[in-house]
Amino acid sequence: MNAAWLPLTAIAASLLAAVIIFTLPEDARRLRTSINLLAAVIKITLVALMVGRVVQGDEAIFSFQIVGNIDFVLRADALGVMFAGLSSVLWLCTTVYAIGYLEGTANRKRFFGFFSLCVASTLGIALAGNLFTFLIFYEMLTLSTYPLVVHSGTDKALKAGRVYLRYTLTAGVVLLFGVVLLYSFTGEHSFASERGLGDYLGDHRALLTFIFALLVGGFAVKAAMVPLHGWLPRAMVAPAPVSALLHAVAVVKAGAFGILRIIYDLYGIELSVELGVTTALAVAACITIIYGSLRAIAQQELKPRLAFSTISQVSYIVLGVSLFGPFGTIGALAHLLHQGLMKVTLFFCAGIYAEELGIHCIDEMNGAGKRMPLTSLAFTIGALGMIGLPPVAGFITKWYLGIGAIQAEMYWVVAVLVASSTLNAIYFLPIVHRLWFRVGPAHGHGTWPNEQRLGRLETHGWLLWPAVFTAFISLAAGLLAGLPFSPLDWATRVAVGEYLQ
Amino acid sequence: MMWRFGLVESTFAPMLTSHWALAAVLCLPLLFGALAAIFPPKRMWPVALACVPILVAGLYLLIDTLQADLLRWQWEFSGVSIAFRLNGLSILLLLLTQWLGAAAALYTPGLLRISEPERFARWLWPLIGTVISALSLAWLATDLLTLYIALEMMGLAAVAMLLLSGKVAALQAGMRYLLLTLVGSLAYLLGVALVVGYWGQLDLAGLAQVMEPGPVAWMAAALMGAGLALKAALFPLHGWLSPVHASAWTPVSALHAGLVVKASLFVLLQLWSLLLPDTFWAPRLIAWMGMLAIVWGGLIAWRAESLKTLVASSTVAQLGYLMVVFPLLIGPDISPLARALAWEGFWLQLMGHALAKAAMFMAAGNLILATGETTLKGLAGTSRRLPLSLLVFGVASVTLMGLPPSAGFTAKWLLLHAMVVSQQWLAVAALLVGTLLTAAYIFRFFRYSFMETAPRQRYQPLAPGMDMIALCLALAAFVLGLLAHFPLELLQGGSA
Repeated sequence: MNAAWLPLTAIAASLLAAVIIFTLPEDARRLRTSINLLAAVIKITLVALMVGRVVQGDEAIFSFQIVGNIDFVLRADALGVMFAGLSSVLWLCTTVYAIGYLEGTANRKRFFGFFSLCVASTLGIALAGNLFTFLIFYEMLTLSTYPLVVHSGTDKALKAGRVYLRYTLTAGVVLLFGVVLLYSFTGEHSFASERGLGDYLGDHRALLTFIFALLVGGFAVKAAMVPLHGWLPRAMVAPAPVSALLHAVAVVKAGAFGILRIIYDLYGIELSVELGVTTALAVAACITIIYGSLRAIAQQELKPRLAFSTISQVSYIVLGVSLFGPFGTIGALAHLLHQGLMKVTLFFCAGIYAEELGIHCIDEMNGAGKRMPLTSLAFTIGALGMIGLPPVAGFITKWYLGIGAIQAEMYWVVAVLVASSTLNAIYFLPIVHRLWFRVGPAHGHGTWPNEQRLGRLETHGWLLWPAVFTAFISLAAGLLAGLPFSPLDWATRVAVGEYLQ
Repeated sequence: MMWRFGLVESTFAPMLTSHWALAAVLCLPLLFGALAAIFPPKRMWPVALACVPILVAGLYLLIDTLQADLLRWQWEFSGVSIAFRLNGLSILLLLLTQWLGAAAALYTPGLLRISEPERFARWLWPLIGTVISALSLAWLATDLLTLYIALEMMGLAAVAMLLLSGKVAALQAGMRYLLLTLVGSLAYLLGVALVVGYWGQLDLAGLAQVMEPGPVAWMAAALMGAGLALKAALFPLHGWLSPVHASAWTPVSALHAGLVVKASLFVLLQLWSLLLPDTFWAPRLIAWMGMLAIVWGGLIAWRAESLKTLVASSTVAQLGYLMVVFPLLIGPDISPLARALAWEGFWLQLMGHALAKAAMFMAAGNLILATGETTLKGLAGTSRRLPLSLLVFGVASVTLMGLPPSAGFTAKWLLLHAMVVSQQWLAVAALLVGTLLTAAYIFRFFRYSFMETAPRQRYQPLAPGMDMIALCLALAAFVLGLLAHFPLELLQGGSA
């Protein structure tokens, strides 16, 4: 039986939540909170159902005709469900966090409305069954994140919003051009096609390469690959839940996911390797990895440092994809999930430090571990994972990427991985050191920049628990990587599916 | 091209009820408009009540057209025969006119209640009725004279509507518009005279049979084309458009930018595909002008100080999208695939733009009405105070930018596909650059609206439904984009 309603209702849940939130009055705080949480839970349930169907080897497909041969297709395949699962779980965490974070501030209706729209588009991106549908949700994501980026309405935020739009809309136009070219010449844009584009290799080699460059170039802007990353550090002016969402779930990942879809489901791995585009992509990814890490070291504030770390980390996904071979693929796919979990934890913690203690700069963090042990523990787990230390999830990724590189006989990639891990350690370990081993205001030396007692615990519970939860999952994803339904297990399932085709 | 416009004989005689529906579609707007001038409606419900029979008649004709593909009425009056036709395209445009007209009419009572009472306000009703009847006539007409009558009725009623608001600026702009629209009509009439004098035919289908390309056809096409381009505000003849909208009432602007300028474009395309079926340069000239229009209109909108100027200048740029398609619709050596795609994209873009622009004018009108400010700077900070009006503006602007999931996007996809297939790379570039320019001027406004430091403005509550009508129009453009399949099938109908 084909459950067409599953992907549709999963998207409709957040869309409907957005519509309801927009129609509610600004001060209906309680109702808005319940609707947000209810929608998030419904979505997780629906995604879990889809996961169940994929395990049984049955993909839920919903489609209708838009025009001519163009259909609107939602298809819950293994890869899509993976991204959908990540976004729905992290949406719940981020919603809880955002409710606590924005308490008592203005424009919350607008915030949560667009927040829901943003997640609906992310889910649409995950489940899109062809490029046209993908494009619809991809542009929706661009538009629905703009009000979140400029949420505070300050000059700086508005400027960041302008830069964000300049980058993403231009990328959208490039992408549209690529998709139209591809469709006009091959009539092909479905992710489920068995044939792939191999037939066109003989006559249209240059054209295929050109289109590949357009498509990947369009996606690389959102994936913040150097030199197209300029918008991401500026967008850090947004509130912490938005940064968490942008970095861990929605925007950056949408770009990386788009590259995954192009290489695995549209061009096919063999064709990509044949065209020689994967090597170029690997080089670009490596440059981004090193450049992001170097820039991160130079940052004195916490959020920009995390932002440059994201630039570096997301390219691990791209790097894994461009290594021909199953291990690289597994590493890339697992990192999609792992990086989301770890980065969202780090941003949650950064937001907590800023709200509770007024900390924005790294040298203000001395001794924060004593004042806020749970937050700092979560931060430490995330940071260690980013460096790639066992047993946190980040280690698994780097391990698989290393094996993939060796199998593909690209030894320089291993060198890049080692260098990047060292750089990661250089910019994360001092923070951890400051947190736990330096003497600070908690020990009676000086004062916090702006301390507020937000809750009975070390901070407000709505802020604290999501961070602890995601930190716990990123630890568990590393420790229990061998269990079924762990990120690694699912990534392996997807990779096997791709390579056995 | 002739069959695409439904200018062929139909074997199917319309039923008697279709005659009545046709009469209702053409006459009821006039009748109800006159009635409303005598008893001006103060609430929305009498207007809604008046809209019902007209819309029902339109839907009845839709069902008829779906069954028969092509309806054709013909009468003889003392040797002169008058014919109306209704094919997939004209029924779509007719329905668009009716629903947009209904939305504008429903919006009007609230507007008149809130804004200061005007002496001439009651005359708005018959003028709206006249414009809708004239537009319906323009979609149905099959001969040059009826087209002329429809255009003239429409143009004069539009001028009168614009003059109604009574401000000095409106009078100035209106008089200029009157002058130009008369010049346009004159040029058109000269073209008609040339055609009649040479071939002795007014009937379009008949003309197509006897007409042969040559200097006379070119001359006539040039005269008619210039006149219609002036009326349709095609670049570079668009100068009168912005001032006219700056001082007009909101429903008037919505009707005018959504439909009135489109009617002239429709007639232009129809006549040229008849008179210049295989001309290479004429459609290209239009296309080049269109490219300039996209850039120029975008730049004016980007520099605009007032919100209405922004919205009005965006019409110039959006008409440019339609002009760029001309070489794919008229001319020799166009592959059937490209022509079919361009044909679908053209009308989808036109319909999507009509809905979105009407919604946008209404949203802009609501913002201006509620705050009393007309400039972008004055409207800073509206995001907090008027979120719904701003949301409508946003939804409408998605269509104008051509971003998914709107009719603008689906149309752009079709047009890009057609252009890539026929390798018109310059046009592709124009469309893509247009997207970015549109985004630039739209988000310039949004940037102001998100400011939090703006002073608190005078706030005038809107009448219920004023935002909702605009929202429905803007969302209709989305639905049209996602379900484009249905209207487009109608467009291709009758291909047999």
